[in-house]
Amino acid sequence: MVANFERTFILHVPSSTENLALIRGFVSNIGKQAGLDENQVCMIEIAVDEACANVIEHAYGSDRTKEVVVRAKLSDDTIEIQVEDTGKGFDPASVEQKEVTRLIQERKSGGLGMRMMKLVMDEVQYNMKPGERNELRMVKKLKRP
Amino acid sequence: MPNSFSVSGSRQEGISVLALDGFLDAHTAPAFEEAIEKEVSAGHNRIVVDCARLAYISSAGLGVFMTFIEEVREAGGDIKICAVIPKVGQVFEILGFNSLFEIVGDIPQAVARFAHSRAEGG
Repeated sequence: MVANFERTFILHVPSSTENLALIRGFVSNIGKQAGLDENQVCMIEIAVDEACANVIEHAYGSDRTKEVVVRAKLSDDTIEIQVEDTGKGFDPASVEQKEVTRLIQERKSGGLGMRMMKLVMDEVQYNMKPGERNELRMVKKLKRP
Repeated sequence: MPNSFSVSGSRQEGISVLALDGFLDAHTAPAFEEAIEKEVSAGHNRIVVDCARLAYISSAGLGVFMTFIEEVREAGGDIKICAVIPKVGQVFEILGFNSLFEIVGDIPQAVARFAHSRAEGG
């Protein structure tokens, strides 16, 4: 029997959208190192980008003095990403998932990030303690090439 | 670090062509929004967005298309998207943009689609 090794990587970054590229690079490198195919790496990259963009803009209101923490936990068959903040948090159940056609009619540019995460990841869970620690946990089951 | 982004604009046969280059995310989307806003404010409602050099897009970038599409269509124009690489194309597809926007192979095809729309009275 082969042991199932778990490896955890942690990134702490200042809460600024200019760091989204760095965050994408972090998860992309981990995915590539784990031997994932380009499509899977891309899906993980975009889910983490969306999660962190929401934290930076909504939880922290673009306050650059705050910090976003991204944890990537790699096991043999999954990659689990946790995005943590200490911002204001929100009730995920209260976020209306509007159809893209409706957003277009309303000329809204936002509202797609959470939908994107749910579409590209296998599990998306929020655990909110506003002002203390909000956590978004996302899991992707791995298909190795 | 890959976070560079630029937009360059040109006019071809009365159509505005915006060529995107780099990574379009929540940080760089305002530059794209400004470029489209400039065209729409100038009354240029027939717009082609050339994605040949666009390496990445997140929902913040898609949001820019969503903000302006109704306005330009109401003014008789459209935003047509062309030359999308597979990595970007799958993001459009995941959110159903393929059925909401006309996405074609290259700039000449996009420009021709506008001529076609005019011929149909659109």
